[in-house]
Parts: sequence; C-alpha cells; structure tokens
Amino acid sequence: MELIKLARVGRGMDRLCRFTMTRRGPSCPRRGRFARVPLAAMIALAVLVTMGADVPAQAPASVEIENSNYLPPSLTVPAGTTVRWINLDEETHTVTSTTRLFGSAGLDLKEEYSHTFTAPGVYPYTCDLHPHMRGTIVVN
Amino acid sequence: MDRISRRGFFECMAWVGTGVVWTATGGILSSRVLPAAAAEPAAGSFSFVQISDSHVGFKGEANKDAAATLQEVVTKINALPTPPSFVMHTGDLTHGQKPGAFDTVAELLKGVKAEKILYIPGEHDVFLDGGKEFLGRYANGGPGWQSFDYKGVHFVALVNVLKYKGEHLGALGSEQIAWLQKDLNGLSTSTPVVVFAHVPLWAVYPAWGWVTEDSQQAMALLTRFGSVTVLNGHIHQVLQKVEGNVTFHTAMSTAFPQPAPGVGPGPGPMKIPEAQARPMLGLREVRYVVGTSPLAVVDSTLA
Repeated sequence: MELIKLARVGRGMDRLCRFTMTRRGPSCPRRGRFARVPLAAMIALAVLVTMGADVPAQAPASVEIENSNYLPPSLTVPAGTTVRWINLDEETHTVTSTTRLFGSAGLDLKEEYSHTFTAPGVYPYTCDLHPHMRGTIVVN
Repeated sequence: MDRISRRGFFECMAWVGTGVVWTATGGILSSRVLPAAAAEPAAGSFSFVQISDSHVGFKGEANKDAAATLQEVVTKINALPTPPSFVMHTGDLTHGQKPGAFDTVAELLKGVKAEKILYIPGEHDVFLDGGKEFLGRYANGGPGWQSFDYKGVHFVALVNVLKYKGEHLGALGSEQIAWLQKDLNGLSTSTPVVVFAHVPLWAVYPAWGWVTEDSQQAMALLTRFGSVTVLNGHIHQVLQKVEGNVTFHTAMSTAFPQPAPGVGPGPGPMKIPEAQARPMLGLREVRYVVGTSPLAVVDSTLA
C-alpha cells in the first residue's frame, strides 16, 4: 500500500510543475527545484521500501464471517492478493464462488479458508448452506 | 332428505348426546357411544414421532455433545406410553456433513423401539456433495421424496434443500411438484394428509432463509383435503400456523435452539449455557385418532 501512496503523490507533484510552464521551460513557482527534490526522494524511498525484506508487497486481506454475514461484503484488492476468510459463527458456512472458480469446505467456528486472486475481475461468492449470504471480491 | 356428510351427521348426533365413533377393523364396522370411546384409543388410531435437526458433530456453547442429547431423545421415545408406529427425522441429521456423523446417527437411532425410521435431508446433510451420501444411504440413490399410506393416513415426505437457486434455500423444484400432483391425484378429500419437509413450507422469516420459494404450488395441491398437517424442522423452535384445513408445525432441534424470527442479528445457534438450552430441545409425538381432525401434536422437551 505504501508504494502506491508514494507514487500517487509523485504524480501529483509532476502535474503541479507542468502547470507553470514558462518560456524558459517548465518550472514550479515558489517551489522551484524543491518540487523535484521531494519527488526524487519519494521515488528513492519507494524503491528502498520495496527492497525492504520485512515489508510485504501486498498486505493480507481478510473477510470475517459473522452472524451469517461476510464482513466486509465487498473487498477490493490488487491482483496477487491472498484473501483469507475466517468463520466467527458456531454455524457452518462455506465460501463458494458463484462461478465455481473457488470454494471452501464447510468451515466450523474459527476455521479459515484462503484463496489467491491473480486475475483482475469481480468475483461474487456465497455460502452453500445460506444462499442469502452474498460477498464480492473485486480484484484490480 | 337433506344432503349431509358423515362428519355433519356425527356433529348432529353429538348435539343430541348420541354421538358415535365408527371404526373399521378387518372390514367390520363397529360403533361405540362417544363418552365411552373417549376412555380408550379407538382401534385404528396410532402415533408417530418427529425428531429434527440432531446436528451430530455440532459443538457450541449451547451443546458440547449433540450426539448425547440425541441419545437422550431416543431414551424418551422408548419411554413413551404408546410405542410410535414410526419415527420421522426431518433433516439436518449431521452438522456440516462431517465424516462419520451419518454413522453416529445411524448407530444411535438403532436403539429406537419403532418399526421404521424415515429420513429427509436438511441442508447440512447435502451441501458438500449435492446429496450423494444422504440419498445413497436413505433413498436408494433416488430423489429422496416419497409417500406412503398407513392406517388410512397419507404421508408425504418432501425434499426442499437440493433445488435452490438464487437467494432462497428452500425449494421443491418442478419435478417434485409434478410428482406430488400425481401422488395426490385420486385421493379422497377426507383422507388425512401429513406432509414432512425440512425447511418450513410457509414464509416464517425469508430474510433468514426460513421459507420455501415454491411452496405455494405444493400447498395449492393440498387445500382440497379436509385435514392436512405439515411438519417441518430447520428453525429449531416450535411455531404453528393454521390456514383453513392446514396446520403447520415446526419442530424443536435435539441439538441447539435458534432465536425467534428476527430477534437478534442472525439465525445461528443461540449462545446460551447448556442448562438454559435443554428446555428448548426435544421431540414431538403426533397422535391420530380415527374420525378426529386435526392430528394431536404433543411436544416434549429434555428439561
């Protein structure tokens, strides 16, 4: 997540600089060279962050099953994310893709199921025991 | 002479104090004056037991051992003053279709003193494999629905946990409804009919899946009968409804109670201590007395 944030800020700074195009070429008023320094620093920092061994590229994403609800009902994640579901109900639940792309066994209380989403798309799922339960994973 | 039905005749005679109960035994009609008949069950009368939602394999706050409470229910059945003619289990034999759970249920119910034990599935019994294991065990691999006649009463056992699409768990499917129509065809309207199904056949609480989406079509086939008793499970509590000649009864579970419709965030097992749950678990005895309607439904708990 950190990498994405920094990249966005960098792009924003670029836009500001272009806005102040003068005859002498692009320049950023008030900020001048300073606009480029933070941008460069940010890019450097981003590179350092991604190289850091103890920082995962994608944060794990979780869905809780509670009171026969998937929480959150819709979760958006980047491609390559492993989503983990955990059942907090005494009642058995499943996580079953409505297009049969993935599916868990019956999950007891505290049992988990994980699936890694590699392709972008929208993935609706439901519970085989309680078809009124609906959830979606949106993969960017 | 005025046209009068057999029932109407009895009603008239009861008013004048000469009501009579006719029973047929071995084809020979015999009669008894009503007050005397009330002292002993009329010949041809019988009882059966409904148990439901044993959820063997469940382990939660309300019950650490669902197999043990099922065993207690078996003991209670065997202690009934009149042994039941059969026992019907209205589904969710197992919890989560856990390996070995069906065997445990079969083992426990071997101890029941009844001629026959019948089963219809709940969603917990079929969700993993589309019903393959359950139907293999209890329906010879057939569709699972069936009917039979016993002492003049027509019994129908329906399966409404295998045909769902969309949001509603309970569904009978067009094939089963067509079968039901054929099955009921030709039965006289005075035949008492008893219908078993796991998910309630009336809209108890659709938001929690407590409804059968195509039950209206089935009920339309039943309204012509003078006495229809619908016995369901799934919601782990006793609720009743009367619609004309049809009475609906849902049953207690033998494993754990569930909240009243809409009370609380969801339909899951109530999280209460076992001692508090016991009075909400139990069995049902249904008694049929020839010539009377509706059937007498007697619920008793493990308290």
